[in-house]
Amino acid sequence: MSIPPQALFGQLLIGLINGSFYALLSLGLAIIFGLLNVINFAHGALYTMGAFVAWFLLQYAGLGYWPALIIAPVVVGAFGVALERTMLKRLAKLDPLYGLLLTFGVALVIQGLFRIQFGSSGQPYEIPDALKGATNVGFMVLPNYRAWVIASSIAVCSVTWYVIERTKLGSYLRAATENPTLVRAFGINVPRLVTLTYGAGVGLAALAGVLAAPIYRVSPLMGADQIIVVFAVVVIGGMGSIFGSIFSGFALGLIEGLTKVFYPEASDTILFVLMAIVLVFKPAGLFGRAA
Amino acid sequence: MSPLKDRDAAAFLAMAALLAVAPFVAYPVFLMKALCFALFACAFNLLIGYVGLLSFGHAMFLGGSAYAAAHAAKVWGLPPELSLLFGTACSAALGLVVGALAIRRQGIYFAMITLGLAQMVYFVFLRSDFTGGENGIQAVPRGKLFGFIDLDGTMTMYFVVLAIFLAGFALIYRTIHSPFGEVLKAIREHEPRAISLGYDVDKYKLLAFVLSAALAGLAGSTKAIVFQLASLTDAHWTMSGDVVLITLLGGLGRVYGPVVGAFVIVALENYLSQFGAWITVIQGAIFVLCVLTFRQGIVGEIASLVDRARARPPPT
Amino acid sequence: MKRTHTTKTSALLRSTRAARSTGRLGARVASALATSAFAAGVLAALATPGCKKDTPSGAGPAGSTTAEAVKAAGNAIRIGVLTDTSGLYADLAGQGSVVAAKMAVEEVGGKVGDVPVEVVFADHQNKADIGSNVARQWMDVDKVDVIVDVPTSSVALAVSELVKQKNKVLLASGPGSSELTGKQCSPNTVHWTYDTYALANGTGKALVKTGGDTWFFLTADYAFGQSLEKDTSAVVTASGGKVLGSVKHPLNASDFSSFLLQAQASKAKIIGLANAGGDTINAIKSASEFGVAKGGQKLAGLLVFISDVHALGLPTAQGLNLTEAFYWDKDDQTRAFSKKFAEKHKGAMPTMVQAGVYASVVHYLKAVKELKSAADGKAVVAKMEEMPTDDTVFGKGTIRKDGRKVHPMYLYEVKTPAESKGPWDYYKLLREIPAAEAFRPLEQSECPLVKK
Repeated sequence: MSIPPQALFGQLLIGLINGSFYALLSLGLAIIFGLLNVINFAHGALYTMGAFVAWFLLQYAGLGYWPALIIAPVVVGAFGVALERTMLKRLAKLDPLYGLLLTFGVALVIQGLFRIQFGSSGQPYEIPDALKGATNVGFMVLPNYRAWVIASSIAVCSVTWYVIERTKLGSYLRAATENPTLVRAFGINVPRLVTLTYGAGVGLAALAGVLAAPIYRVSPLMGADQIIVVFAVVVIGGMGSIFGSIFSGFALGLIEGLTKVFYPEASDTILFVLMAIVLVFKPAGLFGRAA
Repeated sequence: MSPLKDRDAAAFLAMAALLAVAPFVAYPVFLMKALCFALFACAFNLLIGYVGLLSFGHAMFLGGSAYAAAHAAKVWGLPPELSLLFGTACSAALGLVVGALAIRRQGIYFAMITLGLAQMVYFVFLRSDFTGGENGIQAVPRGKLFGFIDLDGTMTMYFVVLAIFLAGFALIYRTIHSPFGEVLKAIREHEPRAISLGYDVDKYKLLAFVLSAALAGLAGSTKAIVFQLASLTDAHWTMSGDVVLITLLGGLGRVYGPVVGAFVIVALENYLSQFGAWITVIQGAIFVLCVLTFRQGIVGEIASLVDRARARPPPT
Repeated sequence: MKRTHTTKTSALLRSTRAARSTGRLGARVASALATSAFAAGVLAALATPGCKKDTPSGAGPAGSTTAEAVKAAGNAIRIGVLTDTSGLYADLAGQGSVVAAKMAVEEVGGKVGDVPVEVVFADHQNKADIGSNVARQWMDVDKVDVIVDVPTSSVALAVSELVKQKNKVLLASGPGSSELTGKQCSPNTVHWTYDTYALANGTGKALVKTGGDTWFFLTADYAFGQSLEKDTSAVVTASGGKVLGSVKHPLNASDFSSFLLQAQASKAKIIGLANAGGDTINAIKSASEFGVAKGGQKLAGLLVFISDVHALGLPTAQGLNLTEAFYWDKDDQTRAFSKKFAEKHKGAMPTMVQAGVYASVVHYLKAVKELKSAADGKAVVAKMEEMPTDDTVFGKGTIRKDGRKVHPMYLYEVKTPAESKGPWDYYKLLREIPAAEAFRPLEQSECPLVKK
């Protein structure tokens, strides 16, 4: 059975777009997990919140897409900081499972509140004028906006990776995950670092939300199912490995796209099957270090 | 040890008696729903409370057995007791496969793995023909239990469900208070020590996992027969979250905790059903509150209140 | 960036347990007492039904002089509007259906004989288990006599089964699956307004006749979508066309891009959208993003409501062919009804589903009045089938033995922005399809009630 190249490349491109979101979201998760040892179940809800903030800005403040790209992550990041300060800090000494349960509860609250206000179908969000239209790249008509999503996701991921792996701030972060007491002894304000890291991770989720708004509609449920796939991505990449999450995000998006072409019935489950396989052979994930 | 056993027996009988009288006071269908969830939560609690493993994907057992039992009753025309057995067996088998994969890790990793595998199972159900996808398996016949007990009558169905629940509860209780249960608790307290004592820890954990899955399956099959419907909701991850909520609220690691939690949560959902999404918000709020300030759950808090009251000298 | 995970999960339990030196027995008895206390307290809270009640004011003609005793399940005739109030079908049914039901009740004066009529409603969230639980509780505890609307065919099928068991009545105005009067027909269910066969016969046939002879389906993967795809494929092949393929998408899908890509790859002349409400709107929007029309393919919305056109806007929706049973601007009677409706429902014109709720409740109450009893569902439906219908929204029609309400259907085309004179002026009539032609003929029906 020959697959027309148009279908193949088209699906691969869509896979790359999905992968962009997976990468952004799993990056945020990995950062938070690395430093706080918390699985941030609220990540999906915060992603949704980012999209809604963008929508609010458009509806009520007349601020369009470009300001929203900055404002939404800051707003949601601030919310994340508040969350960390008031609730997550209290759980720091307890079993990390409590952090999981707390963030799960927070996710339910956020999602529920949005659902009450907006129902469960989506609000439309227009693609910004500069990115409207499509380019014919030969094998398919590629909407410009989706190309922008891929490009900006790669950019943000690269910058984040660079900051963590190659700058001084990043080295403090990495040291604090290994041995917070010692780092504190050096005079670094570790609790503040932790709080800001959580805010940054959350901000990344919100950024992904703004990017997603024109494509996936702004809906209270947009984060819910997405987040579980992202968990699988993080498990495959290796919990806490920055490069692992970025790489797996894009790679798995591509694999999902490929599956849609050759074996569409399995496209929902392929990532979880891969997760199961990785767990059997390399329980720490592809790039993770053994626990 | 006998006064202990007498007290336990008394507690169990008190619960059974209360539940036997309940359908004459309240809507039996609601009670049946609560009982199914109570059994589901008790099965979940076995894992978290006594083995220390938080399974975030228990819905796959509830949903899987519901589909299996519904299919057996509707398409194969099996009588209800065989459908229930079939459903339970399917869940146990699924538990074996999933457990073998998941046991390799612990703590949060275990939770994530069970969540991921449950999601995979959910999508398999979504895509399969036999589950009816979004439609679910509808019009599942209640049938005649053992050939002569007609389950179409609500009261008859209720007492059958009650019997199933009490049997499952008793089984869990016996498991906890058996040598097998002691080993599980030892593993939970300090796994390396248990290994050094020569116990094959993985086998014990797997066995507990399969048992938990099977009992969750029993709850799911019963639910399918009672409501005559098996749908995707039973296998969705929000259902996994529900059972965690029920157990957390009722009291992790307490035998009666999940029962209390189930009745409270199902009543809450019933009472608030006209408010739609507020249920989600309230559930989330309960999660947050429980984790921050109410970690022992209802039963745990009451128990420690009683402890403190007994320890305090009477006022002069 | 990983911390080695040394704490065991047992810490979870250690932090849960308080010091439990003595009082283990006390704890156990306490837990049993707690169970009992809570169970008792919770049971006391159970009497509350899970639905909103509302008694519309009976502003109709003066009551009859003879006190007619009418039997109902409770002390009133209760109508339960089971609908989607917050999801993708909320605009085409939802609160509008509740308004329509109340309008029907007001028209008969708020009571039948000396028994008041009440309207309650609930949100089934498009889930069969929620819908059937609400329906069961309504019929068992809240003494609801008739359930109306029920958009989402999977829920309607489940509720139809339940209603048959409890011998009440289901007036299904919202769902589309022709199965409701086919294999799964019931003597307690009347399928109002439209079904997938009528849609296929209307839009499907018309499009094939105008040159759309190759089709690719984008189908919502549940009872309604599957039924619509099946019925439309049959019409397409019978009219000499070909179905090149199909792809199924989940209900309330968030992203149609990969499905549309497959549709584009098939090169079919017509991409048939076998979905409804929010799904149709989003598919159409995505299609314009991906330049589907520019590639020479045409989109066929097999089920489009006026609420969808309103949401899409004329620039996007213009030229769409659709089949509806009701349009607010059809004649003076429909205009009068719609004006009254719009006043009560935020200025929105009624969709055919909402009009159907109104018409079905009016006819139901007429039948109950004749029969003097709402208690026996089968008898009421039989009475409704006996009496021909004549109302302001659908005109004259009848209800067949398989529970199918038949009336003429109308093939419309969405106006261009230039042709439209104002908001809600969206349709121009292409063809009226007479009742006999619109719905599946009884001879072809698979309903067991007919096969005698």
